[in-house]
Amino acid sequence: MFSEFLQYLFTGITIGATYALIALGFTLIYNASHVINFAQGEFLMIGGMATVSLIGLGFPLPVAMVGAILLAALMGIALQRFAIAPAKQADPVTLIIITIGAAIFIRGIAQLVWGRGYHSMPNFSGDVPVRIGGAVVNTQTFWVVGIAAVLVAGLVFFFTKTMIGKAILATSMNKVAARLVGIKTDMVLMLAFLLSAVLGSIAGIIVAPITFTSYDIGIMLGLKGFVAAALGGLGSGMGAIVGGLTLGIVEAMTAGYISSDYKDAAAFGVIILVLFFMPRGLMGARVVERV
Amino acid sequence: MLKSLTQHRLSGLALLAIIILLVPAFLNNPFQYDMATLVLIYATTVVGLNLLVGYAGQISLGHAGFFGMGAYFSAVMTSRFDWSPVPTLILGAALVGLVAYIVGRPILRLKGYYLGMATLAMGFIIYITLNNEGWLTGGPDGMPVPGLSIFGWELSTFNTYSFLGMEISGSLAWYWLMGVMLILGVWIAQNLIDSPIGRALRSVHGSEVAASVVGVDTPKFKNLVFVVSAIYASLMGSLYAHFQGFITPESAGFMESIIFVTMVVLGGMGSTLGVIFGAALLTLLPQLLADFHDYEMMMFGLILMLTMIFMPKGLLPTTQAFIRKKLHKKAEDKA
Repeated sequence: MFSEFLQYLFTGITIGATYALIALGFTLIYNASHVINFAQGEFLMIGGMATVSLIGLGFPLPVAMVGAILLAALMGIALQRFAIAPAKQADPVTLIIITIGAAIFIRGIAQLVWGRGYHSMPNFSGDVPVRIGGAVVNTQTFWVVGIAAVLVAGLVFFFTKTMIGKAILATSMNKVAARLVGIKTDMVLMLAFLLSAVLGSIAGIIVAPITFTSYDIGIMLGLKGFVAAALGGLGSGMGAIVGGLTLGIVEAMTAGYISSDYKDAAAFGVIILVLFFMPRGLMGARVVERV
Repeated sequence: MLKSLTQHRLSGLALLAIIILLVPAFLNNPFQYDMATLVLIYATTVVGLNLLVGYAGQISLGHAGFFGMGAYFSAVMTSRFDWSPVPTLILGAALVGLVAYIVGRPILRLKGYYLGMATLAMGFIIYITLNNEGWLTGGPDGMPVPGLSIFGWELSTFNTYSFLGMEISGSLAWYWLMGVMLILGVWIAQNLIDSPIGRALRSVHGSEVAASVVGVDTPKFKNLVFVVSAIYASLMGSLYAHFQGFITPESAGFMESIIFVTMVVLGGMGSTLGVIFGAALLTLLPQLLADFHDYEMMMFGLILMLTMIFMPKGLLPTTQAFIRKKLHKKAEDKA
């Protein structure tokens, strides 16, 4: 009974940690530019797919990973430079469509390069699962949770201790004031997209051994990340982590105790319910609307 | 004279009627008729959605959910319970309107991206349910839908009919029927826009706070337009199901919702003729791109991205502004 619960919990935390990383990517870009980047999921797809194909070309795993992350980072910068920056004055709906167009474009290229099939990636360290309290845990779980934790710690350090991190925060609070004190806000926007792409691609790589990867995994993963970000409250880093983990656990519990067919529906049901009572998510800022 | 024609509020409707009447002259096979009919179906759907997105300024990323609900209500009731199609699609629209009324109140309190999130989630729940309840809906494989019978006539694209002594193919009959639907839809939308309700909606778009300060019951009007747009979607979903003769959950899916919103934004938010143009473009584009085979998806994304970057106000308003500027310049040159 308890071991079953523990099993679902571990599954939930693993997928939840991935959602948290995707949500953090959304948060970074949202804070810097008030854009919800619907192409966020494609960074995960690129991360996973590029790693798989580089391994296929004979590169060792760490080299393949670095290559994939660099590719995603380039893509992030290109997305900001060529798709978001030229459309500065656009409505939110228009920006949503631009990022969705970008996502479809990237997916189209991925389909050309890698085909429509599913690809698998080996676990980072062996296929022998570990037993904890009666639950069977895949070794990749530790990698996912560990790397996610390290990345979160790194982000906290980056935003509180480094000058560049503080510049990004300043820009997200007040762009004009940030420019007045000499922050190059254009660079900050690009940096936000780059960081977001790096986070996304790492999430895509570490989760690929568990979920498989294909050219179209970005749609659902990206949307789940958006759900997690909205659940926690758009713009809140802590909210992204809480939202991601909550979402992962809700999904795993629904799949375990109710029906795996409805685990996605549970995720979307939870977000609607939470927004009914907390219109700005669990940890969203209580801002007063300016008229 | 031209000026008074373009300024009258129903002149757009007249222009639309002329276009609908003229188009068949350029079509020469049933496939082209069917594509034109599809354009009309989507156009009517997004004329309804435009009331919500373009006039009231509320995002919906789940509108295909309502389209799919209408489609499946008609499909299930007519095929499994032998209900008559026309009363079924009207009852379906009433039910979908009721659902929209119930979820609309709490959802429409949300703003911006949160509203987008909630509508997206609602659409997804509908899509997932249609996919999973295979005993009723046929699951991911979809289900066949009987033809649309009106007063005992079964309207099928495979039949021919004689009407006032003329031979009319089923495809053409469907085209005329959907043409009438579009004109009706535009007429109702136009009347709504020009009524006090329309002014209230535009005030909500401008500034919700200002609107409520001057006494506009903003939640009531937002919910009303949400219900109206859901009814448009449901009716057209039902007709789509009968027209295609087959339906899959994809017609309620996320991509379909995105395509609906894109038709509105691409054509020009708040411009009824614009969104019809947007619907035509996005319905025909995949057909044109089909020749590119493997490059189709890439091209589609690229076109979407580029048009939105360079014409964020939409194709029709941008073109109109361009022409107006040119005319203005010409007048200046003369003077």
